[in-house]
Amino acid sequence: MQQEKLAVYEVFIRSNRGLDHKHVGSLHAESPEHALMYARDCYIRRSEGVSIWVVESTNIMASDESDVESFVDPMDDKPYRHATHYVLPDTVSNM
Amino acid sequence: MQTVNTFTIEQQSPLSRFVLGLADDALVLSHRLSQWCSNAPYLEEDIALSNVALDYIGRARMFYQYAAEIEGKGRNEDDLAYLRNEREYTNLLIHELPKGDFAFSMVRQFFIDVFYNLYLEKLVTSTDQRVAAIAAKAIKETRYHLKRSEPWITQLLQGTDESRTRMLRALDELKDFTGELFEMPDWETELVESGVAVDRSSLQAEWDDYVQTFLAHSNIDYQDSKLQIRGGRNGIHTEHLGHMLCEMQFLQRSYPNMNW
Repeated sequence: MQQEKLAVYEVFIRSNRGLDHKHVGSLHAESPEHALMYARDCYIRRSEGVSIWVVESTNIMASDESDVESFVDPMDDKPYRHATHYVLPDTVSNM
Repeated sequence: MQTVNTFTIEQQSPLSRFVLGLADDALVLSHRLSQWCSNAPYLEEDIALSNVALDYIGRARMFYQYAAEIEGKGRNEDDLAYLRNEREYTNLLIHELPKGDFAFSMVRQFFIDVFYNLYLEKLVTSTDQRVAAIAAKAIKETRYHLKRSEPWITQLLQGTDESRTRMLRALDELKDFTGELFEMPDWETELVESGVAVDRSSLQAEWDDYVQTFLAHSNIDYQDSKLQIRGGRNGIHTEHLGHMLCEMQFLQRSYPNMNW
């Protein structure tokens, strides 16, 4: 089987009840079902998780890192978006 | 000339033969599966198959440890695994067949997975606590193994012309070796009466039905072969086991008591 024909899947593991799924890596598989099984064998065989999500990588819309100047940076000069920007009145000093 | 280290198979107790047979089945299949390590079609499948091999070696160890205790001759699990000759191995023949191509290994695994799902389900109620405990651990692994092998069977049968051709060849080669899974040697029949062992022959109809129904989805009319090759439980093997043991036992035979 030719590896380049296999789809890439991103793997997300939830390590405990109540926590969020976290991205742990990716793998090749020929179907979502196989991807889930491979994720089990590659990522949770030492009890690292209780739940797995797999998502075909091509289904992920990702931001472009080279675009950081217009996409992320503009947030930096808007300090008023942070709670720390505001001076608390004395009456709520215990907050 | 045949040399036997401690004593011949026939002289052992029914329970000893029964447990040793299960241990040999697990170890021999484990070794065949492990031969895919670094040779599987791609990395992810390589890891997954090796994982199945490790499940079986774990199972083999539990059965060997128990077999060694029952025997009580001072042999340990390693002695049983690495210092017995071909004729002292009592695994069923289907486990020892060379790994072949990927289709062959997957069809064998599917047949064996279906069998163990039925067999272990019964073995967990064994009146022998040790056997029941090993079966309870193994059944969980085996349920997953079947879940893993089934999509492969479907995928390869419904894949390309080449994958289907290879699958048909594998089905054809393996069908002479499935009957032995359901045969009851005398000593095992004895143990069924005391509730220790499971009557394998009672599982055949259900196995046939499951396999035939599953394969019918891929347009395969699967029928058991009239010819059934047997002998494993009595130490009569195919020509392949000796070669496999040569490789598997080489280190302990050449450097006795060697440790990692």
